[in-house]
Amino acid sequence: MSEYKNFWVFIESQNGEAKNASLELLSPGKKLADAAGEKLVAVVLGSQVEAAVKAAISYGADEVIKVDSAEYADYSTEGYTYALEQLVNKYKPATILIGATGKGRDLAPRLAGRLKTGLVADCTGLDIDASTGTVLWTRPVYGGKSMASIEIPSARPQIGTVRQGVFKRGEPDTGRSADIIGENISIPAGTIRTSVVEKIAEAAEGAVKLEEADVIVSGGRGLGKPENFSLVKDLADVLGGVVGASRAAVDAGWISHVHQVGQTGKTVGPKLYIACGISGAIQHLAGMSGSDVIIAINRDCDAPIFDIADYGIVGDIKEVLPALTEAIKKLKA
Amino acid sequence: MNILVCIKQVPDIEQIKIDTSKNVMLIEGVPTIVNTFDTYALETAVKVKDADPATKVYVVTMGPEKAKEALKSCLSVGADKAYLVSDSVLADSDTLATSYVLGSAVKAIEASEALSFDLILCGKQAVDGDTAQVGSQLAEYLNYPQITSALEIALDGGKVRAKRETEEGNEVMEAALPAVVTITKTAYEPRYASVKTKMAANRAQIPLLTAADLALDTALVGLNGSAAKVVKTFVPERKKGGVKIQEETGELAADKLTALLSNAGVI
Amino acid sequence: MFFNEDHEYIRDLAREFAEKELAPIANEIDQNDEVPQHIYDTMAEMGFFGIKIPEEYGGQGMDTRTYVCVMEEICKKCIAASLIMSSANSLSTAPMLLAGTEEQKQKYIPGIASGKDFMAFGLTEPGAGSDAGSMTTKAVEDGDYYILNGRKTFITGAPFAKNAVIFAKTSPEKGSKGITSFIVDMSLPGVSVGKHEDKMGLRGVATSDIVLEDVRVHKSEILGEIDRGFITAMKTLSVGRIGVACQGIGVSQGAMDEAVKFIKERKQFGKRLADFQGLQFMIADMEAKLNAARLLTYNAAYEMDMGKDVTKAASMAKYYATEMSLEIVSKALQMHGGYGYIKDYPIERMYRDARVLTIFEGTSQVQQMVISGIVLK
Repeated sequence: MSEYKNFWVFIESQNGEAKNASLELLSPGKKLADAAGEKLVAVVLGSQVEAAVKAAISYGADEVIKVDSAEYADYSTEGYTYALEQLVNKYKPATILIGATGKGRDLAPRLAGRLKTGLVADCTGLDIDASTGTVLWTRPVYGGKSMASIEIPSARPQIGTVRQGVFKRGEPDTGRSADIIGENISIPAGTIRTSVVEKIAEAAEGAVKLEEADVIVSGGRGLGKPENFSLVKDLADVLGGVVGASRAAVDAGWISHVHQVGQTGKTVGPKLYIACGISGAIQHLAGMSGSDVIIAINRDCDAPIFDIADYGIVGDIKEVLPALTEAIKKLKA
Repeated sequence: MNILVCIKQVPDIEQIKIDTSKNVMLIEGVPTIVNTFDTYALETAVKVKDADPATKVYVVTMGPEKAKEALKSCLSVGADKAYLVSDSVLADSDTLATSYVLGSAVKAIEASEALSFDLILCGKQAVDGDTAQVGSQLAEYLNYPQITSALEIALDGGKVRAKRETEEGNEVMEAALPAVVTITKTAYEPRYASVKTKMAANRAQIPLLTAADLALDTALVGLNGSAAKVVKTFVPERKKGGVKIQEETGELAADKLTALLSNAGVI
Repeated sequence: MFFNEDHEYIRDLAREFAEKELAPIANEIDQNDEVPQHIYDTMAEMGFFGIKIPEEYGGQGMDTRTYVCVMEEICKKCIAASLIMSSANSLSTAPMLLAGTEEQKQKYIPGIASGKDFMAFGLTEPGAGSDAGSMTTKAVEDGDYYILNGRKTFITGAPFAKNAVIFAKTSPEKGSKGITSFIVDMSLPGVSVGKHEDKMGLRGVATSDIVLEDVRVHKSEILGEIDRGFITAMKTLSVGRIGVACQGIGVSQGAMDEAVKFIKERKQFGKRLADFQGLQFMIADMEAKLNAARLLTYNAAYEMDMGKDVTKAASMAKYYATEMSLEIVSKALQMHGGYGYIKDYPIERMYRDARVLTIFEGTSQVQQMVISGIVLK
């Protein structure tokens, strides 16, 4: 165990650019590494990743290991797992942090399985026992009704994926420098047994980027009828936000699944989340409770959504929404 | 075509209540259900069977004796045969240990049924633990390719083609069989059992596989065999209820809220 | 004590269906006055239309208690969705099972059991409700045919029925002993349906008149013996009454569930409504009566499964369960205060839906006549 050292942050890149979900892990990673008296290493895998390497250094990496090759231009589970397996075997990191993105949550379990080590998914809290270097990972379970603290006491490296948006990126310091180690790892033929045969461009409606939105206005069954989603849309428009929905509204066929926020939909963390006619079933709360400011509008003053809302209006959606849209328009004018 | 669907019995989390005075979760007596995503995986398999009646759909779960109920539920909506992997030494296994057990079960079922599975389907994640790890780790254990978060699948010529959800939109991914595919919320809903299938499922025999049957190395399963261990669970501090506005008209309420938001710098 | 594990299994299945599929749209069904076809399709696939129909005629061959479990669960959420199912299992098929030839059973029942072909039940007339024997629809022999003339009223499902069992007088001088039942193809010349009645409740299933003008019905479509139709009608109604009792206990439980939820949430004078003793007493009263009704209903079903004559048991169940349901939905609505009077809350619909239960398939007064008739015999 003692031969395993240092904290790695896997830097996911797309077209050479580092993803936010990865960069935001450098700051908590640095804290953990400092506590353990170890180095923070950014591991950049991809093609033409100069920008990603620079970003990783400016956000706090003490060292960068990069594997830069056209072979890694497109993500594949098996190709990336192979490369990381080689790197882990060579450098023996104590801990690996991976952003809990779609790719991160596809890759991490495969890698942990390959390395026969422990993995903790979708963490929202990180702490460390400095004497042993064992990380205390905290994550929601039961749709957020409960939290679990998990340790990987002996297996190394200990791996965790971290929920997007939980940790904020620090200020970049473009003046920083760090050692960059280039590795050449070629994926053996036959390793990758999957292929992407088609990318489906999303329809205009499908282009809702709920995960990246700063403002989300969501509607639920309390809207009464599908036509009332237009009131939600109007409010979202004046706020420059996008439209979300509860599972109940989606299941009723009022709006497409791409809008669904919650455990069976998207997990979001906008600056402002407005829940309209959503009672606040746990499966919905699981997807949006990480929002910075939550506003609930509901007729039922005892709806559970009010328990987590910063601001709530008890009232009729059909009256409140148009009035709110108007009031904000006035304010912005 | 032989398809195995791995399922998990989970508490119906919507029905879990919190005792706010003690800040503990009241999980005792909460009804159990088949994990939602697993029901989509099963429906996906049964749809393959609808189109090609020669297809056989098997289900397996690891869990306590009570998990038979979940398997019976699967049998009532189109699964042909179910296996229960149950042994007290398996309790508190992490996902790595679980995938070792399930992978061993896959091999044992293949041997006892004298077949090999072309496709293994799992729900994307279980709604209690939400780890989304077992499917990938099972694929790794079996050394099969994996496709995660699939919305629908099509099978042809020894390959599976899956439309899957990504952050950039959807894509169609192909993998040679045998493969593991994890299923997310599908566009279709799982079917209901009929009176007849429900009765037949209730009478079905469900073979039991123990750790000994699977020749498991008990040092690699259960709490002691798990790399990741739960140290504690706790109910998060509930956010104190915020400002609640109740006014005579929607307009008054909207104005009040707008003023508050503006003062707080939210908008 | 009335149910085994199989019954509970099927009850769970029906409950899941009712909670997921019916509860979210029950108010829409009421407002649009239409049960969506996909609901019927799902119920058909689940086997509900033939639950009590023997397997040899395409049914599920389950007992009356299984039927009761399914009916009760569906009616907790939406009585309208139970109407066609209850009819298929009683009014539509009982006349054939009681009096039909093997050929008739094979010809008609499988279509009903599968939910494909609805069979209406035409007994009531504008001038002959409870007093069915005073009907004026006539059937006159003409070679191999009978020629039917008359008008049936308040016929559930008439506009979409493929066939109807029609009761008509073949020997008018003999009163109720001169009635014969016929299977009438609704597409025959001379058959038409009246306007879709604009009902107070149970909206979603069309009810209208069936008008018969010189309709030629072949003798092969006579159900049972000539002039013996009234007995068939009465026996059929006795089967149907258990179904209506289920509608009564189902809607009552649904209303109780709504009321309990509401009074535990709603606060007035600084405490929950549920903390007021006045309401606690009301709840206790409702719960006790509901359970009494439930036991009467379950008992009637059990006795039917045991092969006993359930005329009195079914009438008592129907009488008490439906009268009690009016009381419970009314109290449950009262607990909602002003909200109970608004269509946004399910209780408003339940209140209207329940109202017909003491009227159709034999009014409460007819049930009292049946019960007292047996007691005083």
